[in-house]
Amino acid sequence: MTKAIDSRRFNSTTRRELLKLTPVLALGAFAIPKLQQPLLKAGLGFSDWASKLLFRRNHLAPTFSDSEVAPFTTFPINDYDVDDPGVDLEAWNLTVSGAVQKPGEYTLAQIQALPKIRQNTRHVCVEGWDVIGRFGGTRLSDFLKSIDADLNSRFIYVECADDYYESIDMATALHPQTLLCYEMYDRPLTREHGAPLRLTIPTKIGYKQAKYLTDLKVTNVLPRVGYWEDQGYSSFYGL
Amino acid sequence: MPETTFEVTAPKSENTELAVYEHPWPVRFCHWVNSIALLVLVGSGFEIFRAFPSFGAKIPQKDLLHWPKAFALGGWLGGGLQWHLTFMWIYIATGLFYFCYQLFSGNYRQVLFTAGDIRGVWPMVHYYFFFGPKPEPRHVYNPLQKLAYSSVLVLGVLSVLSGLAIWKPVQFSWLAWPMGGFHYARIWHFAVMWAILFFLLGHLIMVVLHGWNNFMSMLTGWKKNPEYVAR
Repeated sequence: MTKAIDSRRFNSTTRRELLKLTPVLALGAFAIPKLQQPLLKAGLGFSDWASKLLFRRNHLAPTFSDSEVAPFTTFPINDYDVDDPGVDLEAWNLTVSGAVQKPGEYTLAQIQALPKIRQNTRHVCVEGWDVIGRFGGTRLSDFLKSIDADLNSRFIYVECADDYYESIDMATALHPQTLLCYEMYDRPLTREHGAPLRLTIPTKIGYKQAKYLTDLKVTNVLPRVGYWEDQGYSSFYGL
Repeated sequence: MPETTFEVTAPKSENTELAVYEHPWPVRFCHWVNSIALLVLVGSGFEIFRAFPSFGAKIPQKDLLHWPKAFALGGWLGGGLQWHLTFMWIYIATGLFYFCYQLFSGNYRQVLFTAGDIRGVWPMVHYYFFFGPKPEPRHVYNPLQKLAYSSVLVLGVLSVLSGLAIWKPVQFSWLAWPMGGFHYARIWHFAVMWAILFFLLGHLIMVVLHGWNNFMSMLTGWKKNPEYVAR
């Protein structure tokens, strides 16, 4: 259908149509130095919020047959600092504090007395590589119950022998595949892989799976989230 | 044809121009927002890729290509991830809005490649690449254009699905399955990006070749003197 119109009216029509696109300019806020970091922080926060919604307590990460497990020698060693922080394995114990009925120092033998889980799961690094490994340890949930932790607390916060620190949400801590890991490939953890105790969390990105654990705290408040998170990485990063 | 046509008369003149309303504002809005989002996602995607520029194992690491920092957005891996995990929501939101609008307005008929368009593809290819005769333009988009635009919409969906398969390999483990598993989803995500960039190259060349009136139509919605309207 063709309508006759004079060019003045046509120009005002096209101008009005062009103005309808002005909301697109809002994206320019990302180019303003003062606003950029807060906006990206909000975007990352939104992603974390969505990740928390997507997390399902009883949904298991894929597990693999022994033949799919990468050889131990090709399981990468990633540290922020040193491969071997020089832990005295004889004198080591895990210091437990926070919202627990039985705080104190726990030896490796006490942790190993709890039921042992072995699982072949995928370790996903934020850098982009992934590897299927074999892990053994005790469920963090079993350990938390054994120390009478308040399972309504929000976070588990850990500190490590190499000054690394991390935190995970309680829902993930209670996930059946979240382990206090003391074995890889059916052998005690080697020093590079976090001896004597590390976290293995197949539902989380690699940097949340701290090695060389020394301290564990059950808490509702986190003065610090994690070594990488405090520099701008995702706080939740559930897979 | 759904579009409205104006016969525009200049003041103190008998000359008239035809103008056709081709692109409703939701289409134009999504086009520009998604253009920006796509650039940000590609730039930050390269920053993320730079952290491990390989598709093999970590040990031994065989790098595929060393992407220059100048063509990456974010400054470091954490920065790249911040941009990527922010703009992916904008990309997904405008994508969903676009598909809903097209579906419910019926405007999808303008762009969707259908069985009836198949016959018209070869004459356009013949014309563009092999100096064949120019097919008579009949619609806003010719069959080859519809094929290109419909394909890039599929690629857009694939970019989101492969991205989700990488981002949530546990919660969406089923998503990676048709791609050959989690490890291959990352390759899909990368390949789909290059396919979109290939489309973008062709798209930009065509925009330059077709001139100002055509370009302005994606801003104002109105195209002056489109060649498919008989005078």
